[in-house]
Amino acid sequence: MKTTNNNKGRWTAGVTPYAEMGYWNPDYEPKDTDVLCVFRITPQEGVEPTEAAAAVAGESSTATWTVVWTDRLTPHEHYQAKAYRVDPVPGVEGQYLAYIAYDIDLFEEGSIANLTSSIIGNVFGFKALRALRLEDMRIPPHYVKTFQGPPHGIVMEREYLDKFGRPLLGATTKPKLGLSAKNYSRVVYEALRGGLDFTKDDENINSQPFMRWRDRYLFAMEAVQRASAATGEVKGHYMNVTAGTMEEMYERAEFARDIGSVIIMVDLTVGYTALTSMSKWARANGVLLHLHRAGHSTFTRQKTHGVSFRVLAKWCRLLGVDHIHAGTVVGKLEGDPNAVRGYYEVCRARHSEANPELGLFFEQDWASMPGVMPVASGGIHAGQMHQLLHYLGEDSILQFGGGTIGHPMGIAAGATANRVAVEAMIQARNEGRDYYAEGPDILAKAARGCAQLDAALDVWKDITFEFESTDTPDLVVTPTVS
Amino acid sequence: MRVTQGTFSYLPDFTDEEIEAQLRYALRNGWAIMVEHTDDPHPRNSLWEMWAQPQFDLDETDVDQAMSEIDAAREALPRAYVKVVCYDRSLGRQTSKLSFIVSRPPEEPGFRLDRQDGPDRRVRYTLHSYATEQPPGERYR
Repeated sequence: MKTTNNNKGRWTAGVTPYAEMGYWNPDYEPKDTDVLCVFRITPQEGVEPTEAAAAVAGESSTATWTVVWTDRLTPHEHYQAKAYRVDPVPGVEGQYLAYIAYDIDLFEEGSIANLTSSIIGNVFGFKALRALRLEDMRIPPHYVKTFQGPPHGIVMEREYLDKFGRPLLGATTKPKLGLSAKNYSRVVYEALRGGLDFTKDDENINSQPFMRWRDRYLFAMEAVQRASAATGEVKGHYMNVTAGTMEEMYERAEFARDIGSVIIMVDLTVGYTALTSMSKWARANGVLLHLHRAGHSTFTRQKTHGVSFRVLAKWCRLLGVDHIHAGTVVGKLEGDPNAVRGYYEVCRARHSEANPELGLFFEQDWASMPGVMPVASGGIHAGQMHQLLHYLGEDSILQFGGGTIGHPMGIAAGATANRVAVEAMIQARNEGRDYYAEGPDILAKAARGCAQLDAALDVWKDITFEFESTDTPDLVVTPTVS
Repeated sequence: MRVTQGTFSYLPDFTDEEIEAQLRYALRNGWAIMVEHTDDPHPRNSLWEMWAQPQFDLDETDVDQAMSEIDAAREALPRAYVKVVCYDRSLGRQTSKLSFIVSRPPEEPGFRLDRQDGPDRRVRYTLHSYATEQPPGERYR
């Protein structure tokens, strides 16, 4: 980095390397109360990794580009972030993992907006870096406790729905756009009566000319209630309340509540503060809150620049949603198996140890905050049930949109196929069978008593999405560079 | 109709051997076994009657004991819904882990959907359980 240091000392006017201003401190021992971050940094040619790390620490806490005497009016050592460790990324030239500690006093209680304004506010455009990625964060329990987390959480949701011991099943109504309210509710009704627990608005179904939100909600509720009467089960349709203003979102959420919906949904695109407000509304009104992570891949997917989804998942658990889309491993959207296991761990665990294999760089204690139900959606079908259960576990929501609605015998048949497949797989797992290896046999046997599953297995038997993941954890940990 | 509450309602009714396999799984995990029954299967009926006390201290070799409670409930209540609830008391869970119906009435009349028209096209829905038209103890005859 082009800076001048005329050895005139820390407080001389001019530009001093960040590392010499206290932002690089290899002797620093993080406190239990510190917020810890690990960034993947790609410095520009000629910039020392430690200086680049210090620059990130500086720009995401107290520093500006030049020395300011007004720092001396503060106990600046307390407020400045400290880069305390820099490791080269194993096997990759020019990339480093920089560990930075932030004192908890830097952050407003209960505000993801404030947390992110600090940590990712300015630094990502920093010229001295070619690229920057926030890989993981350790949120200390002291800061966790300033958030209430999911409005209901996994345990409360299961008790509310009276559904235990298996993944929940859902489907997104398709086509995403263009159905009238009545046609839309046909899909909802058939899918729910056939055996799914939930149906879902898609992220971009809000209130367009071909179907206004109020009409959709009313018709969808008729479908939900009819399906409930047909099965004796609690059913739900995620009513998307995403809108242009908070006032409109509250209006839609209140209407959904008033007509008896057990769940609403909101898109990530509304922003962290709006999500937090909807979370508080959902808790106060006893309505489950589903989050669709619309837009996240613009910043989570590329390995060298952006924010890892595991960090975004942590923020969303703190600000509080009941469901979050977290990847499928086997479906059509990005998701390395180990990285996805790491995301699911972030959503559900009470306490996680650091596990580099899963991309978890830090221990994380959630201080009894309820878990978020991870949702697998996008290009999955009944024939993958053993893989889905193996990778994603029982506390998950499996959403088969095309895999329900595209069934050759109809939507209800598609739903039944999925439900029979999941129940058969849970039965086999509980019986102690090696359900992952025997999955196809277990499904074939279940299909002998179920024409719907038989047809599903036949039509989608060869469908897989095998592409290389762009975002994978780096396994090996190597010694510190300093 | 068939009430499809519970973990396995879309599969053919379990044989005793299949029920025992699920019980063994629960006991291996250290869960308690509860037997519950009702003659009002409304989806919002979250408090089915308890059949005896929950069995907290069984291990995997005590499947017969758990099974005998299920048999006793099924025998005494041939026209009720009977379910097995496997309960996990571990910290942070403290709820049911598995819940499945092991016996149901020979005829399931199901539910009627009542609609009350409101203003602005709103409808207030009530799920009416046909069985509850008779007083408790006289349903499913």
